[in-house]
Parts: sequence; structure tokens; C-alpha cells
Amino acid sequence: MNRLTLIRLGVIVAFFGLLEILCRTGVISPFTMIPPSEMAIELWALIVSGEVARGMRQTLGNVAVACILAITVGFAVGAGVHALPRLRRALDPFLTTYYAVPFFVFYPLLVFIFGMNNFPMIMIGFLFAVVAMIINTLNGLDKIPRVYRKVARMHHMGRAKTALLIELPYAIPNLFTGVKLAVAYSFIGVIAAEFILAPGGLGYAISFAYDNFDNETMYALMLFILVLVTIINMSLHAYEQRLLRRQGR
Amino acid sequence: MSHEVHARLEGVTRVYPAVAGNPPVHALGPIDLDLRKGEFFSIVGPSGCGKSTCMDVLAGLAAPTEGNVWFEDKRVHGNVPDGIGAVFQEDASFPWLTVEDNAAFGLRRAGVDAAEIRRRVDYALGFVGLKDFAKAYPAQLSGGMRQRVCIARTLVLQPRLILLDEPFGALDAQTRLLMGDELLKLWRETGATVLLITHALDEAAMLSDRIGAMSARPGRFLETVETGWSRDRDSRMLEGETFGHITGRLWQMLRSESQRAMGHEGGVA
Repeated sequence: MNRLTLIRLGVIVAFFGLLEILCRTGVISPFTMIPPSEMAIELWALIVSGEVARGMRQTLGNVAVACILAITVGFAVGAGVHALPRLRRALDPFLTTYYAVPFFVFYPLLVFIFGMNNFPMIMIGFLFAVVAMIINTLNGLDKIPRVYRKVARMHHMGRAKTALLIELPYAIPNLFTGVKLAVAYSFIGVIAAEFILAPGGLGYAISFAYDNFDNETMYALMLFILVLVTIINMSLHAYEQRLLRRQGR
Repeated sequence: MSHEVHARLEGVTRVYPAVAGNPPVHALGPIDLDLRKGEFFSIVGPSGCGKSTCMDVLAGLAAPTEGNVWFEDKRVHGNVPDGIGAVFQEDASFPWLTVEDNAAFGLRRAGVDAAEIRRRVDYALGFVGLKDFAKAYPAQLSGGMRQRVCIARTLVLQPRLILLDEPFGALDAQTRLLMGDELLKLWRETGATVLLITHALDEAAMLSDRIGAMSARPGRFLETVETGWSRDRDSRMLEGETFGHITGRLWQMLRSESQRAMGHEGGVA
């Protein structure tokens, strides 16, 4: 474990330690927040009892579907737009201002189209994530040195082989940044959508606990989401850094 | 060195078409050039005179607007023929592959069997002095070493005509000289014809059998200088008087062209 990792761990431990002290000494009222140790105990109890298993499955399933859709569609659209410079010039303003759009206003429309099921949540997660993937696909493809196309031609490679064997491997670190963001945005989109109107899922469970003054469950589930998303993102970030280092970027 | 023609440019002109309101650019020619089999030929000229365009046309990477290109009696017209290898000025090593996988890239594409790939890659890496770095990634190497990876990748394909577009452009003067020695060794051992594009007059004077001096854009050959070096030469010739004469003569030809390329049309006394 290197020094930087130790510092990071130290910051996390110090933060939770401070929170624990503030909660235990009553500086933070128990009606506002329970101590982190109690959150962890409650979370373990919830997991063991199987009470939230269905909600977890539902949320993680929705996130996975939204994420896979966003990565697949984002890559395909990014590659397509990159190949058509005129279309790209036309779309550029929409892509750069995309995240100014509050997607949740479309929730009623999505419920109207797809019904009261998982699809509106998946769509919100997808809408959140897809443009991050498109933008990073475009970035990755933009950075491919032009000399590689000459090298490919010197090796008698056609368009498809050049794309598969040279352009794609070169662009992978940028594509992976897109994947990393797509995962994060899918979580945000799906869980936030579950908060609003969903009949199930972790977002709904947190919202339900909040409405019923069930601080233990609410904070335990918040801790679960926080830990899960942090672990996933840190793992993806570490792998992304490894890819970038290998390519000397 | 025989006088058999290995590659020929006949009245070659290259005009880049108008783009986004800018007028067409007449980059090259008309030029004629006969590359003799097994010779080391260099092209020198001011920046932007069409040296690289000339190489692209000869490699089949770009089609001439007018004229014909021949390699081993077959017409080249925007299609890369077998037997030509190229090393470019830019770092073209693949950063996601190790040094040995970079070197083996072309052979794997060509479906060469694994034992033969191993043999050729080992030889090429030994030749360019990268055997100890076979498992390293290009990011772990210096600029000069990465350029040697590209040379190895070209060398394993055993090209009969090697085109080099300012391959040492990014290197310091001492490393360039040493790389020049390596290049001469490669040329002697492979027996290939070499065409080197460079802006460094001393590099051209040291390495070449013949040097074509090119005018400012659109590039045309002003004169071809025969160096008269023996095949068994290296960078120690820099100490000789003849080297200075050749470099001086090239500069005499190119000085006003370089000024023209820089926009000083009238020249300086």
C-alpha cells in the first residue's frame, strides 16, 4: 500500500471517526443522524434479514441495464458521429449543453410511455449516462494520431481492421473513462428516479424510511450506497489510471 | 550498388484540393526520380517543400495528381505495394503493446507462423538494441528507443525499399549520429534500397550515396549530389574534408530556397 492510499484511507477514517464522536457526544442530535457504527450494525442486520435484498437486486439490476445500454449506445453513437464531421458540427452544441437539461421533468412522460415499472428508472439512468459515453468516445477517437492510419495502410489493413486493431486499442483509456462515468451517472439517475415515484428499489426504501422517521434504516441504506458506489468507482478509477500509465498518458 | 532502377517517379505532381474555402495547394512537382536498387538516397529541402508528400506518393499512401510512380516495374497509384516499409517522423509505436508485440505486429497480420515471428522479432530487436526491453511498453522508453521500435516493426517485414521520413527528427545531435550509424548498418546488412527524407544536411551528407536537393514549394529537384562514399561508412566521416564540401554545396543550393520558404523572397546577401 503506497503513501497516497494510506493518506486517503486516513482521511476516510478521520471523517467517520469525527462523525462518530460528534454523534456520540450529542453535538449532532440522534434525530438528525445516528453514529456511523450504528449505521454499519443496522446495515448488517438488514442484509442478514434479507429485508432489503429485493430492493438491492432491483436497483442494481436497473443500474446494470441502464449502464450497459448507455455504454453500448454511447459508443455506437460516438463512433458514428466521429465518422460524420458535418453531423458532429451540428450536434456539438447539444452535446455540450446536454447536462443542463433536468431529465427528471421527463419522468411523467416516461411513466406514460413505459408504465409504472422499471423502465422509467432505467431510462433516466440511461439518459444521464449516455452522453458521458458519447463525449468520451469522441475524445478517444479524436486523439488517435494520424500517423497510425499511415502505418495501417503500410500493413495493408482495411478500414475495419484499422478500427479494430489500432484505433480501438488506442482509444480504450478514454473509452474506459466513459464507462467509469456511465456507471456513476447510471447510479445517480436510477436511485434519484426511485426516490421520486418508484414502487421499489433502494432509492424508494430510503425515501420510505425518511417519511417514516426510520433513521436507522435510512442511514444504513445510505451507507450501503455510499460504500458500494465508492468501491466501484475507485476500482474503475484505479484500472483507468493503469491503462493511462501503460500508454504513457 | 547496381544502376538497376528500383523505383521511379515520372513527372509526378501532387496538388491538394481546395478545403473549406482555401485554395488548392500545389505541394510537389513535377519531379522525376530514379531510385537505384540498393542505394541510399536522401531528399533534403526547406520546410514544407513537399518532401513528405514525395514519400507518401512513392509509398502509395497518396496518389499523384499527375505522373506515374513505379516500384519494381509495377505501377503504384495510391495503393501500397508489397516490399515497401516506412518509418515516420512521429512516434508511431503502439502504446498498448509491448516492444516485442509492436515488432511482431505486421507479421501477425500477415499470418506468418509463430516460430518465424519469434526468429525475425529476436533478430530485429537485437539489431536495434532493444532485446533487453522486449517486454517493456513504449511509455517506458525514450523517444529514440520508441523510434527504434518502429524501425524494428518495419525491419521484420524485410522490405526491399525502406522509406524514412525524418525518423530522427526528435532526437538530440549525438543520438542522431549514433542512430545514423545503426541505419547504415541496417542498410548494409539488408541490402534494401533506402530513401531518407530529412531537413538535416549533415545527416544526408553522412548517410547517402546520392542526395536530391529540393526547391521550396512546390518541391522540384534542383540537383542531385553524388557523395561517392564507400558502402562501409559511418559517422567518423564527419571528421573528413569531403563531408564539409558536400554539406557546403547542399547549403549553397538550399539557402535561397529556405529563405523563399520563410517568405524572404528577395534573399539576403
